[in-house]
Order: sequence, then structure tokens, then C-alpha cells
Amino acid sequence: MRKAVNPAPSPPSAITLAMRWSNFQRRYAPYIFVSPFFILFLVFGLYPTLFSLYMSFQSWTPSDGWGRWKYVGLENYTFTLTDPMFWRAMWNTLWLGFFSGIPQHLIAIPLAFVIHMVLGRFKTLVVAVYFLPYITSSVAIALIFNTLFATNNGVINLVIAQLNTWPVLGWFLPDQNINWFLNSTIKYGIALVVIWQFTGWNTLLYLSAIQAIPKELYEAAAVDGASRYQQFRYITLPLLRPMMFFAVSLTIIGNMQLFEQPFVLLNGGASSATQGGQTVTMYMYRTAFEWLEMGTAASIAWILFIFIGILTYLNNLMFGRTARGEA
Amino acid sequence: MKRSLILLALLLLAGLGLAQRTTLTVAVFPNLDDSIKAQIPLFNKKFPNVEVKLVIQQYADHHNALTTALATGQGLPDVAAIEIGFVGRFAEGQGFEDLNKAPYNADQYKRLFTPYTIAQATSADGRFIAMPVDIGPGTFFYRVDILQKAQVNPRDMTTWAGYIAAGRKIKATTGAFLIADAADVAWINIFATTPANQSPYFDEKGSVVVDSPRFVRAFELARSIRSAGLDAKIGAWTNEWYDAFKKGTVATQFSGAWLQGHLQNWMAPETKGLWRVQHLPEGMYASWGGSFYGIPSASKNKALAWELIKFLTTDREAQIAGFKAIGAFPALLSAQEDPSFSEPVEFLGGQQARLLWRDAARRVKPLKANKYDRVANEILSSALSQVLDEGKDVRAALAEAKRLIERRMR
Repeated sequence: MRKAVNPAPSPPSAITLAMRWSNFQRRYAPYIFVSPFFILFLVFGLYPTLFSLYMSFQSWTPSDGWGRWKYVGLENYTFTLTDPMFWRAMWNTLWLGFFSGIPQHLIAIPLAFVIHMVLGRFKTLVVAVYFLPYITSSVAIALIFNTLFATNNGVINLVIAQLNTWPVLGWFLPDQNINWFLNSTIKYGIALVVIWQFTGWNTLLYLSAIQAIPKELYEAAAVDGASRYQQFRYITLPLLRPMMFFAVSLTIIGNMQLFEQPFVLLNGGASSATQGGQTVTMYMYRTAFEWLEMGTAASIAWILFIFIGILTYLNNLMFGRTARGEA
Repeated sequence: MKRSLILLALLLLAGLGLAQRTTLTVAVFPNLDDSIKAQIPLFNKKFPNVEVKLVIQQYADHHNALTTALATGQGLPDVAAIEIGFVGRFAEGQGFEDLNKAPYNADQYKRLFTPYTIAQATSADGRFIAMPVDIGPGTFFYRVDILQKAQVNPRDMTTWAGYIAAGRKIKATTGAFLIADAADVAWINIFATTPANQSPYFDEKGSVVVDSPRFVRAFELARSIRSAGLDAKIGAWTNEWYDAFKKGTVATQFSGAWLQGHLQNWMAPETKGLWRVQHLPEGMYASWGGSFYGIPSASKNKALAWELIKFLTTDREAQIAGFKAIGAFPALLSAQEDPSFSEPVEFLGGQQARLLWRDAARRVKPLKANKYDRVANEILSSALSQVLDEGKDVRAALAEAKRLIERRMR
């Protein structure tokens, strides 16, 4: 009786099952293996992006609760584009992008060249030291600079006061302690922090590009009697163009989205110099979470996106042709 | 068989016992967490089966998390602490229970609190979303040692003109600054001169009033302090600010009464006995800080949450326990009658400061919250820095601020 209830499974059906399973595996396993990325990207990448696009046409106070938004058409965009505070933040961002971006490259390129040419076995150590600020938390850096920038006992003002006693340099430096937390001065402070933090990263990028330049070029130039400067000017710089394109693109994107450094230096917006130093992303954050205007904040994000797109395109016009090797 | 039945019965009983034990989540920020930690054991005497779980985050993170949780309706606590700077905005939103309605019927408790707190937690359409737990009567701190050195009598500083004159004397004789930031003088003037039942920046019809004479005067007072070089140009809550209090480079400060707790506990404990307080100049009274507890509408334990809030805010013993823990001034009027209020405050050289603050708290006019208060505050603060730092004309700056606020009101 019992045997009849539990018969041995018939061989053909067992084979089809195994075959089906193996078929299934063969067909779908690759998709399953790549799915974690796509699931994470859909949830944390694509969905928020599309939702913010949708939100930029709505008016929503988030503390009202999910779904309580109202369609307002282009109102958020017209409001932002005519908002003096937005344009001031945009000006701050462009100013910071330029004055904290250009010096990074002007320092990093020669620095990388010198490191490559002069430093033999200490190269790795020196690069690591220059790279250190880049991997340090921006918030920690900004907090420390907050103390360094103190008007009366801050290290930066003390150094300036010391340099002021030197003969020629003193003519260019102010006699009184600089208040770094004014609308007119805060941008210099933020730029200083950003330059300090990201020059090492660019140095590393340029160094890796310089190392990829064939030694023979330099040797040939040396044989022809080219000086170190001439080697730098006529071999290194032209061959660095692709890397310049890449590094400047990263700087543009990074600087247009500058957030932590101004946010911490301006005490999250509580500082009286907020208007003089806040960037577009900081203004966007505060529009969303302090003033609870999610729709307007979303429109700021998209306007900023278009701005970054335009700037990257301009950069592409400048460096891109040679970077793609169409020179 | 019998044994297993008994076991089963025991298990059932234990299960019931566990089921009865409910957990209430309460989201708070420091140092209100120290206050509620002192109150929970008292609450558990009345409700032994309720476990109160605290979710503690820093001030800004706490309110951000609360905003995000309200936006999605997910992860909300049963009880949420709300600081004064946010209560107006949350009141205008729809995320919190209206405590005026049944089953809360909070109307009966309103007379128990310092009157001005009720208006702060009430929305424009009359919903009452949070119960006040502590308050911050605005007060005038001064360094008695610096004043003595400069031979300034604190009574000379009971008018704003006298205050500035005293500042010149202090600066000339001791080198100390009158105040850390001249802007504070403008703010305390703006808050203290707000007519009853209005927002500081809007009239009862909701029109922007930042170009009215009281704003002009507040700005001009701050400007005259700045142009006389009497302020140290140090922003609040910065390392330099704490340093100035420690080293005694500023002689006075306007703030909520709670600043005494901060000075005593961590900012400048070594200045014990050197500080005194008095009422603001020219009979002004202002509210400067305060905290509330509300129930998010998504809470699943509203009845118990309400019991906890009622206990925290209306139980005299609980209010005094909180007061003793962090020194935050209780909002409950009967708690302010506690004998500990007439005790001398050692940090203030034995002054009976709490009686002074209680008196101030009772004279503060009720302020109404407006959903654009934060925006107005930000724009006005930027206008003030233009006047102080860049020498912009006061009237022009205020007219510009008015225009900027109006275009934000959509």
C-alpha cells in the first residue's frame, strides 16, 4: 500500500525538470547576476531623477505628506529664473568654480611634472601626502578651517600678520585681521579650502598621464638640446591635453555642485555671510529642507543640470577636439 | 498531558503579558533628551507596561529626518519633539494631529501653560498641533566684573541709548566689546516689539511689515553699535563665540534664559559667578527659544502617545524633573511655582534669576507663527548683514527685503 503511494519518479519527467532548470539558468542567470546594479540604479538613480523632474512642475510642502502636491506648470522655473537669491547663489558658484578651479590645475600640472622629473623613490610618498586632503571628509576639513579662519586668534590671520612684517610682501597684505565671515570675504575662504582639498587629486591625475608619455620623446628632445622647460612646454603640455579635458570636466562638475565646504563654513546657513557664499546646491538644499519648497528646489536642480551641461559642452569645444585625437 | 496543558496556559499568559507591553517611540534632539530621560522613570510609575524608546538626533538632523518622514509618511515616531523654529512650519502642514479635536480635547489644558506658547503651536486656521514643554524668556546677560572695571552701573543700560553709551565706556576703559554681534540687538528689538498675536514679520492680514518703523529702529540701533566699533563681529554658535565668553572679551549678550545652562555646562564654566542677568532695556519682553511635543498623524499609538505628552507637559513633577535636568524653563505655570525657582543661581553669583525670568515669561506677548517666518527671517538677516557689513542704507535694505519676501509668498 505504502509503496503504491510513494512510487519512484519516472525517469523521463526527471530529465525534463533538470533540463528545464538548466535551460532557465542558461537563459536568465546573466540577467540575475547583473540585476543588483540595475535594481539599485533604478531605485536610487533613475527613480529620484525622474521624480525630481516630475516634482519640478508641482508645488509640494513635504511636511504635508506624500501625494499632497499640486500641478503648477512652469511656475517653479519662472520663479527660480527671476529669483535674485538664486542668481546670487549662481554667481557665487561660478565665481567659486573659476577661482577655486583654475588654481587647482595651474598648481597641479607643474607640480606633477616636478614630482615626475625630480623625485625618484619618494614619489609615492609625496603623492600620497598631496592626495590625503582629497580622501579626508569635507565636513571635517571645513570644521577645521572654521577654526583656522577665526578673526582674532585664527592661524590663517596669524600667518598673514607674520608675513606682513616681511619687507615687500607687507605692501600687499592688510594691516588688520581679516574677518573671513563677511559677504565680501567668505568666497575667498571657501576657494582656499577647495583648492587645498582638490589640488592633490588633480596632481595624481596629471602624474598618471605624464607617466604614460613615452620616455623616448624626452630623451630625443634632450639629445636635441631641449631644456627642462622646453620639454615641459613642447612635450608634456600638448600630450596632457586629453587628461586636461578629463580633469577640467571633473572640476567643472564638482565645483558646480560644491556643497559641504560652504555649508559647514556658513554654519548651515545661519551665518550672516550666507548670501555671499552659498552655492546653488546649498541654496537648493535649503529651499527644500528649510523652506520646504520641494518643487522649487527640484526646478533649481534641473536648471543647474542644464548649466553644467552647457559648461561641459564649452569645455568640450576647448579641449575636446584634441582630446579625441582629431588635432 | 496535564503538564503540557499547564505549559500551554503559561505560555499564553506570558504572551498576553508581552502583548500588553507597548513601545512608544519618541524622537528628540539634545539636550531635550536629557530632560525626557529624567521624566521617563516617573512616567513608568503610572504606565509600567509602556516602554519609551528614544530616537536622538542632532538639532538640524532631527528636524530634517522629521520632515522627510512626514513627506513619505514612513518611519514616523509616536511622539516628536519640535523646536520653536520649526513649530510654525509643521503647524501649517498637515502631518500632525490637531490636539483641539477629540479624543485629545487639549483646549482644557491651554490655561495651564505660559500663555504665549499656545499661539506659537497654532496654525492660521486654528489647529493646535503641539503641547509646549519648555520656554525661553529673552534676557540680558552681562559680566559684572567688566562693568565694575569700567565703572558702569547696570541700571544705566535700561535704555538702548544708555546701553550704547555704556558700551563706549566699556570699550574705552577695558577694551572689551559690548556684544559679540550687533545683529543680536536688532533681533531682540524685532522680537520684543512685535504686537500681540502677530508674527514678527507679518501683520494680522498676512502682509509683510518689515519696512515699518520698529524694523528701521532695530536696524539703526545695530548699525550704531557696529559703526562705533562696539561689537566683536562674531557669529553665534562658533568657536570664536565660545572663546569670547571664556576670555571675557565681550561684556553683554542677549539670549534666552537657557544660555545660562550652556555657559555653565560647557561654554564657559570657569566664568562662574561673573555673570548677572536683568530685564531687557526699555521694558521689552521677548521669547527666545522653546520646545514642543506633537503626535504625527501616522502614529499607531496615538492614545498612549497623548498620555505621554500630557504627562511630560502637564505633570508638575515631570516638568520640574526636566527643569532640574537641563535648566530649560518649564512651560507649565504651576511648575514655575516650585520652591526651587527662588533658589539662588550659583553661576549668576547667587542671583534669584529664575524669578526674574518667570516675570519676563509672563509678560511676553503671544506671537503667531506664519508659514513664511523662516524665509522672512533669512531675507531679513541678509538685509541686516548688508547694512552692517556693507554700509547699505537701512530703509533701502528693508524695502528690498520686503520685496524679496513678498515674491516668496506664492
